[in-house]
Amino acid sequence: MSVVLEFGSLDGAMLDLLRSVGTDDPAGLLPAREQMALSLGWHIVLASFGVAWPAMIAVAHWRGTYRDDEVALRLARRWAKVSAVLFAIGAVSGTVLSFEMGLLWPGLMGPFGDVLGLPFAFEGLSFFVEAIFLGLYLYGWGRIPPKRHLLMLVPMAVAGIVGTYCVVAVNAWMNMPVGFRIEGGEVVDVEPWAVLFNSGAVLQFAHMWVAAYMVAGFVVAAVYAVGMLRGRVDRHHRLGFALPFAFASVAAMVQPFIGHVLGLRIAETQPAKLAAFELAIETESPSPLRLGGVLVDGEVRYALDIPRLGSLIARNSFSEPVQGLETIAPADRPPVNITHLAFQSMVGIGTLLAALAVAYWFARWRGRDPLGSRWGLRAAVLAGPLAVVALEAGWIATEVGRQPWVVYGHLRTADAAGDNPQLWVLLAATTVVYGALTTGAVVVLRSMARRWRTGDEELPSPYGPETSIADGGRDRKAT
Amino acid sequence: MLEVAVAAALFLGVVAYALFGGADFGSGLYDLTAGGTRRGAELRTLIEHSIGPVWEANHVWLIYVLVMWWTGFPASFASAMSTLTLPMLLALLGIVLRGAAFAFRKFAPTVGQARLYGAVFAGASLITPFFLGTVAGAVASGRVPATGRGDLWSSWLNPTSVLGGVIAVGACTFLAGVFLTADAHRAGHDALSASMRRRTIGVGIVTGGVVFAALVPIARDAPTLVDGLTGRAAPLIVLSGLSGTATLALLVNRRLGQARVAAVVAVAAVIAGWGVGQYPWMLVDEVTIADAAGAEATLAALLVVVGLAGVLVLPPLVYLFQLTQTEQWTKH
Ligand code: HDD
Ligand code: HEM
Ligand code: HEM
Repeated sequence: MSVVLEFGSLDGAMLDLLRSVGTDDPAGLLPAREQMALSLGWHIVLASFGVAWPAMIAVAHWRGTYRDDEVALRLARRWAKVSAVLFAIGAVSGTVLSFEMGLLWPGLMGPFGDVLGLPFAFEGLSFFVEAIFLGLYLYGWGRIPPKRHLLMLVPMAVAGIVGTYCVVAVNAWMNMPVGFRIEGGEVVDVEPWAVLFNSGAVLQFAHMWVAAYMVAGFVVAAVYAVGMLRGRVDRHHRLGFALPFAFASVAAMVQPFIGHVLGLRIAETQPAKLAAFELAIETESPSPLRLGGVLVDGEVRYALDIPRLGSLIARNSFSEPVQGLETIAPADRPPVNITHLAFQSMVGIGTLLAALAVAYWFARWRGRDPLGSRWGLRAAVLAGPLAVVALEAGWIATEVGRQPWVVYGHLRTADAAGDNPQLWVLLAATTVVYGALTTGAVVVLRSMARRWRTGDEELPSPYGPETSIADGGRDRKAT
Repeated sequence: MLEVAVAAALFLGVVAYALFGGADFGSGLYDLTAGGTRRGAELRTLIEHSIGPVWEANHVWLIYVLVMWWTGFPASFASAMSTLTLPMLLALLGIVLRGAAFAFRKFAPTVGQARLYGAVFAGASLITPFFLGTVAGAVASGRVPATGRGDLWSSWLNPTSVLGGVIAVGACTFLAGVFLTADAHRAGHDALSASMRRRTIGVGIVTGGVVFAALVPIARDAPTLVDGLTGRAAPLIVLSGLSGTATLALLVNRRLGQARVAAVVAVAAVIAGWGVGQYPWMLVDEVTIADAAGAEATLAALLVVVGLAGVLVLPPLVYLFQLTQTEQWTKH
């Protein structure tokens, strides 16, 4: 995302822009952007599990409890333990973001803190609910009556929805700001409820929410697909695959529709972003759909143009054009190549995953078992990481495509950043810490899986068994 | 008036975080000094058992405080974050490492890994209260300007901040000790409870001594704060001193349940005393609550959120705490 990285691929106008403006940017801008991208990109993956996994655990737990399905119950129990690790690092990485909003973007939080704050306050409320019921659920095994225990997942899932809506509402507001006026450089007439319920929020939320189900569903299913590829084909693996995959399939099939509708409004709200998405250098009527391609010295290279389809997809029309970048003042253009490639990666992967889901259920309907073939399993494994890539690509497209604005049309990112060159040190430190966290999580989760495979269901405390205090969270042995 | 209500609600969050989050962080010192793998196992297991179900909920108080601050008083939040960048980041580092290492340790496959994560958990638990204490000291001694950025170093490397950090660590550790002593007793670990009791009394005496010795340098360094503490907030400060002493006496007499209440009152009173003492300042000597406040409509909306929190969050929170205190949860 950095200007340095994309230097080689910038068109001439952008290069000039950088030369003239770049040197005036506050010292904190570039590292702050990288920092924000790293920490958000990391958080969002874990957040997706926090949003979507409780529903899947609930279904497994429900089957286990009401249908006396031992396999399902064991899945729910193991998933709960894995989610304890993921949710913990999800929560701390979210805390990092809260600090960063102030540490990195004083120019945003100072003038606009009371404009965008209300959704965050509601988000805090839902985190509270989520964290409380998480504690109740994780530690409730064997301690709360089974049926009530299962109910603890309901507030968690609801809080996940509300929380997602709220954060995404802030992001939608940054894309299409409402609820304030600027008068003589001052922010006045603040309407916090208008921000919370801004018109862009619902669609963007729906898209994000569905994406979370895709990420959590495909990734969990992929884990069991790997197991089956290694020959562990049993009911445990089949159910562990089918349940999250079903959630993810539904999500994958609706996602292209939501995404398409989401894209339609961009023509009006953020024409520069749409031009970058579509690599529309000049306004063409009707516009082609441009697959692939990069902008080199102001020329589009290596692109495959499909006539008319651009107008159809981006504008729902046979003739209305995609407004080209030439209509946008050079100082207001986003980095084109990153935005375009990120956007197309997301859409491409989204289409692929939807096709995969359709193919899977079609085959099942025709009485064939897609998991019987190694290629079917391999595709299922690949779907997990692909969903994560689509998620990241989507955010990069949205965020980079909004540049140079942080609050579209009102506040430039450069004016939101502080003047703090030491942020590079922070970025290096964060990279190290997040690297360590990722490693730690992978090591711990893999060891959990290994111990489960060897039949060690309880995962005893490393400090046991000399101690007589049965440690929390572990299931009570049948007593 | 609206802004004072929001400031009070914000400050309530500070008190709650100090009590609940503080007790979680405070367990770090005992974990660190619990001894070798075998000897320390009992205490470490107790700590995991005590804070496991609640730490994430207790942690959200911090999010609440941050959000209330930036939404209700945005400019002062921006200048505090720009000025106190370093202690904020170091506190944040502690939060991240503590939470992650705690989760990892619970499922660590080997004692070797558990020791690594345990050391990170315990060390990180000490960092966060210290640096948040320096932040409090910086605000209370008038080192954060109303707008823009104050000095990156001297804003928190000064007598009030450093003493604030040390006192924060002491108070958290004391609180955690009282809680753990009672928890160990309830779970039937009498030897552990007795040794925790001794250690907690030690921590209490040291912390009390530091507070006492700190009065002189703080009085010189932060006159506005001390005026408030010895004036309007004096009853709270006296209450804190009395209940702190009472906690020690109750511990000595093995009245563990009552000691817990007294310890909570002692810490809550001193934090509330700080808030009352620095009223009406948001950032002492720089900007008042009234001048720092954001838009009216937003303040009113925040109070709606606070009201909702009272209805939606407090009952389940109480349920969680009650469950963790039951026989069922203590013994298993
Ligand atoms: C699994 C993830 C995933 C998948 C498969 C898709 N998306 Fe997406 N998309 C996201 C995940 C995502 C996201 C990361 O969640 C974004 C970023 C911001 C947002 O709210 O959602 C996003 C943003 C986003 C935007 C930008 C909105 C804005 O800036 O206002 C558009 C136009 C689309 N998407 C369109 C699509 C289309 C047409 C898809 C067709 C298949 C698609 N997305 C699949
Ligand atoms: C809804 C939640 C989000 C909010 C409120 C938010 C807010 C911000 C803010 C304030 C900035 C800095 C200003 C800017 O450069 O525009 C930023 C930049 C950025 N964010 Fe987001 N963001 C959100 C979600 C995400 C996610 C989930 C990602 C994941 C990849 C992401 C990726 C980025 C990137 C790549 C940048 C840097 C853009 C650039 O400067 O070129 N954002 N975001
Ligand atoms: C679209 C983007 C985002 C989504 C969907 C999202 C969702 C979530 C979810 C589900 C959690 C709970 C984590 C868990 O328990 O696993 C969480 C935690 C958190 N998030 Fe995000 N988040 C997003 C972006 C942000 C941004 C931009 C911020 C702040 C500026 C933020 C702040 C937090 C905080 C403070 C927590 C921790 C709360 C706690 O202690 O439990 N998030 N987020």
